Amino acid sequence: MTAAAPEPKANMGQSVPRYDAAAKVTGRATYASDMPLDNPAYAFLVTSAIAKGRIDRFDLDDAGRVRGVIDIVTHENAPKLKESKLFSNGGYAGTTIQPLKSAEIAHDGQIIAVVIAESYEAAREAANRVKVSYTAAAPSASFDSRGTTMAAAKGQNAQFKEDPAVGDFAKAFETAEVKLTASYDTPTQHHNPMELFTTSCVWMGDNLVIYEGSQYVYGLKNGVAEQLGIEADKVRVVNPYVGGGFGSRGSMTPRTAIIAGIAKRLNRPIKLVPTRDQGFTIATYRAETRHEIKLGANRDGRLVALRHEGAEVSSRPDAYCVGGTKTTTRLYACPNVDSLVSIVRADRNTPGFMRSPPEVPYLFALESALDELAVKLDMDPIELRRINDTTNEPINGKPYTSRSLMACFDEAAKAFGWAQRSPQPKSMSDGDWLIGYGCAATCYPTQMAPSAARVRLQRDGRTRVEIAGHEIGTGAYTVIAQTAAERLGVPLEKVAVFIGDSDLPPAPVAGGSNSTASTCSAVMMVCDQIRQRLFKAVMPSDSLADKAKETVGISPAPSTQAARGDRSLDLDKAFDALGVGVVEEYGEWKPEGAPLDSFQAMHTGHVRLIGGHAMKDQIAYAFGAEFVEVRVNRFTHEIRCPRLVGAFAAGRIMNPRTARSQLMGGLIWGMSSALLEATEIDERNARYVNDNLADYLVPVNADVPGVEVIMLSEQDDHINLVGAKGLGELANVGTNAAVCNALYHATGQRIRKLPVRLENIEI
Amino acid sequence: MRPFLYQRASDSNMAVQALGAPAAANNPLTKATAQPLAGGTTLIDLMKLDVMRPATIVDINPLARAWSAIEPGSDGLRLGALAKMSDVAAHAEIQRSYPVIADSLKLAASAQLRNMATLGGNVMQRTRCNYFRDVSYENCNKRNPGSGCAAMDGVNRMHAVLGTSDQCIATYPGDFAQALIALDATVEITGKAGTRTMPFAQLHKAPGDTPEIETTLQPGELISAFSISGRWPRSVYLKARDRQSYEFALSSAAIALDVQDGTIRNARVALGGVATVPWRAREAEALLKGQKFDEALGQRVAEAAFADARGRRHNSFKIALGKRVVARALQQAVTMEI
Ligand SMILES: Cc1cc2nc3c(=O)[nH]c(=O)nc-3n(C[C@H](O)[C@H](O)[C@H](O)COP(=O)(O)OP(=O)(O)OC[C@H]3O[C@@H](n4cnc5c(N)ncnc54)[C@H](O)[C@@H]3O)c2cc1C
Ligand code: SF4
Repeated sequence: MTAAAPEPKANMGQSVPRYDAAAKVTGRATYASDMPLDNPAYAFLVTSAIAKGRIDRFDLDDAGRVRGVIDIVTHENAPKLKESKLFSNGGYAGTTIQPLKSAEIAHDGQIIAVVIAESYEAAREAANRVKVSYTAAAPSASFDSRGTTMAAAKGQNAQFKEDPAVGDFAKAFETAEVKLTASYDTPTQHHNPMELFTTSCVWMGDNLVIYEGSQYVYGLKNGVAEQLGIEADKVRVVNPYVGGGFGSRGSMTPRTAIIAGIAKRLNRPIKLVPTRDQGFTIATYRAETRHEIKLGANRDGRLVALRHEGAEVSSRPDAYCVGGTKTTTRLYACPNVDSLVSIVRADRNTPGFMRSPPEVPYLFALESALDELAVKLDMDPIELRRINDTTNEPINGKPYTSRSLMACFDEAAKAFGWAQRSPQPKSMSDGDWLIGYGCAATCYPTQMAPSAARVRLQRDGRTRVEIAGHEIGTGAYTVIAQTAAERLGVPLEKVAVFIGDSDLPPAPVAGGSNSTASTCSAVMMVCDQIRQRLFKAVMPSDSLADKAKETVGISPAPSTQAARGDRSLDLDKAFDALGVGVVEEYGEWKPEGAPLDSFQAMHTGHVRLIGGHAMKDQIAYAFGAEFVEVRVNRFTHEIRCPRLVGAFAAGRIMNPRTARSQLMGGLIWGMSSALLEATEIDERNARYVNDNLADYLVPVNADVPGVEVIMLSEQDDHINLVGAKGLGELANVGTNAAVCNALYHATGQRIRKLPVRLENIEI
Repeated sequence: MRPFLYQRASDSNMAVQALGAPAAANNPLTKATAQPLAGGTTLIDLMKLDVMRPATIVDINPLARAWSAIEPGSDGLRLGALAKMSDVAAHAEIQRSYPVIADSLKLAASAQLRNMATLGGNVMQRTRCNYFRDVSYENCNKRNPGSGCAAMDGVNRMHAVLGTSDQCIATYPGDFAQALIALDATVEITGKAGTRTMPFAQLHKAPGDTPEIETTLQPGELISAFSISGRWPRSVYLKARDRQSYEFALSSAAIALDVQDGTIRNARVALGGVATVPWRAREAEALLKGQKFDEALGQRVAEAAFADARGRRHNSFKIALGKRVVARALQQAVTMEI
């Protein structure tokens, strides 16, 4: 695998190195729990050992005797907090299960006590010595457990508005020439970002500063303020770097307000560092899903009927659901479509977003089924997709703003060597290993949200960009800096970016792959405001200024004033004319079709994502095609994946280097979600069993020897100012299906339940 | 984790004294109030999880000079208990004359762990049973004798199918011990009364009714070395696992053969990932002796090795898997170039 930065193609930015590369590799990057605190006390959580029931009694004598213990907070003496509604109901919370409120226990690993001590070690020791007596009830763990309830998502989840349907599915399926009905399962998965779910809370008088890895500092700030019953202005969330999020830090978890409340009471900064296993239950996760797909097609491969029924697990009080049918019903041309999503309530913590929440499980089902249909039709799976490719989505007939799906298939097929595949299952091998090739489509909605930014330009070209965006490892600093440098025509080294702080102008949640499109559009717009002021100052008339601003000094590459020769603006002259020391502009950008209240919502920490299928006259998605080689050992049945190849088109690629990193990580995760990652649940007691990184398997380097990412040129002028489609969540979609499709090719065995382990192989 | 006293052993005498000191409460060894610290990759881990709560830790790393020999000789091999896994795995003569040892170590854990971990600590590593490692579960006979076994009817995919009892089905997770038991290693034990040796096969104890007793070591005793007689160039370690590295065995086989003119004169078969203790399949070995190898024989040997296996809800696959692993490892050992 080559390490050289990819060469930019048309409509791509430069492959500049990461803005924060040196800080990260030298350890200078400061994550939330690295922030130095003045005389902090340390918190350690005690979590429940049962999933349902109530606490009868705590015995805190032993724990209280540990030297250094300051306080032990339980439901009997916890600070009173206000409730926050679920984010999907207009609140901020990722769960409405509020721990330490009563003796009730709603799920495994619920926070039941917080030990505060002078040192982390003392807090941990005391937590180990807390004794709890419970009255346990029999919990329902998952789909097949007694005591679960199931109901349609529509009507219980405000964000799940419709079960997409068109035409007459039943009739079309009935009379279809070729039919397929198949069921698919995906497992529970946990994000396991490297950075633990820490939080540090520091009060300065009535003002609270929270250091916490968050994907949405404005949401967290407003949410914690609401729970504490104080003005949002008094809360500040700071996290210049986030050690991975993958969705787990998108909405507020209960821990933050609890720690803030205790810090206030003790009048001392408190630092909480939960353990890895506690992370499985104090935050969210990807719930297990089940699917039934029905496909009807003509002999020539054209789809005539498609039905996707999905079921997802959620907690008792919260109707979380990902509802991926909004995508799977629109991906291919098909006149008769039906769908239904249901939610099953169990005694679990509330699930939440995890990288491509709807697409990972739902496209697994659809893209596996398509491969099965191709087999039935005796047709190349790529050709089946070509036959059903479409420029308009079938449900409402809206056109895709751009769609390079088949171009991606063609590029990836070529790079992968698909032509060398002998289509017969079990027909390729190498020594002890059966070889299989498989492929699948990926897509991800292009989403944007309102965002603000502030930019300050100095006479010497130094530029400061302020925006409450988030660096979750994606390259946010880098692309924001690039955008400002390009737009203002200043050297990249002169741009300083400040993000990860809720005192900065609001940016949306770093979720739904909207960040680059939203924050860079805002930065671009504000840079243009600066340009406007500068040009106005030196041009003889407004109309000339307007004209110049459109054409002069805009360079696609980072460039210096000099590089643009005589057409560039003389900054000294402009500053003199303006008579100012610095030029600073603030602006608020919103995507077309954003609701009226969206700027207001942006400031109060509510996300208004626009895009995907929910646009007015169009539908916007990024696309890709993924190819996988699997090898299955004839003797051990071990499954390995030596090659992953993906081709992707996502509008303007802001920086091919950081983009490739996202796509590469996505491919690896996609493979992992097929072969490795699964949280095991003890059916008897609804508890997670393998809640550590030795037993919750993620790939190691030896598992991914070959990963190739191809980025296609694509221009899309219908989506946002910068023309970028989010790609952070693109590449880990469909890979799971590609893996199972390859396994079918290797072994002749169709596996419809993830993860695939060696014991599932029957050869 | 709870507070503990940290002591550094300046010599082996001091080490065994310090370990033997609080004698009274010292049964079983796993609950001894004083525990030796080698690489710490098992011990510190279990202390953080509150599973092990020693009052005293005796750091034996200062003994490394005397106890980390890697000495292949004309009549056999001696390995010090404080030799690092990585050093032994990378040793050219071990790779040549004892590939089963080099591979069992190389395929274990991760590079970082192998650089820290010692051979003595490795054979003493404790089970990965999730219920054992999570103190919020009351029911674990190994941790809380007499409390029951949460794994028996719980999530038990990683658990053992051989050597189990009604009290415990926890797998012995290590790899290296299979090589040792296959090669009839002896273990050298240093205690208050000096050193003694015994067959490595007598070190570990099957759970029976006392799963909390894992070895025959007594408090105050340390493993100081392992020795093996002869050379075993025709030997392999085959390990099947969920990912390509940094993962415990679902099933493994340590095979060592002495083949002359196509006839197997001596055969050793040991199994990992499937048993409660390092497991020697002697009935299987007997079938090989004096025979010429073919696929059918490999099958019979594999069947014999798992004749007594008993699966539970999630781990029954290990029986079929284990048989294929044994058959394949035999094949590899027979055909390997030496
Ligand atoms: C994530 C992970 C993955 C792993 N994967 C594998 C794997 O695939 N295969 C594998 O084989 N192992 C694996 N291991 C286990 C690892 O190999 C052991 O933890 C290591 O070998 C223990 O050696 P140590 O020197 O660190 O022992 P320590 O942790 O220091 O000691 C372990 C135990 O032995 C005792 N002890 C130490 N030295 C002596 C001695 N000389 N005499 C008597 N008692 C002693 C200690 O008191 C302690 O109870 C893995 C471990 C981890 C954490
Ligand atoms: S298998 Fe053994 S270690 Fe695991 S829970 Fe049962 S008794 Fe404990």
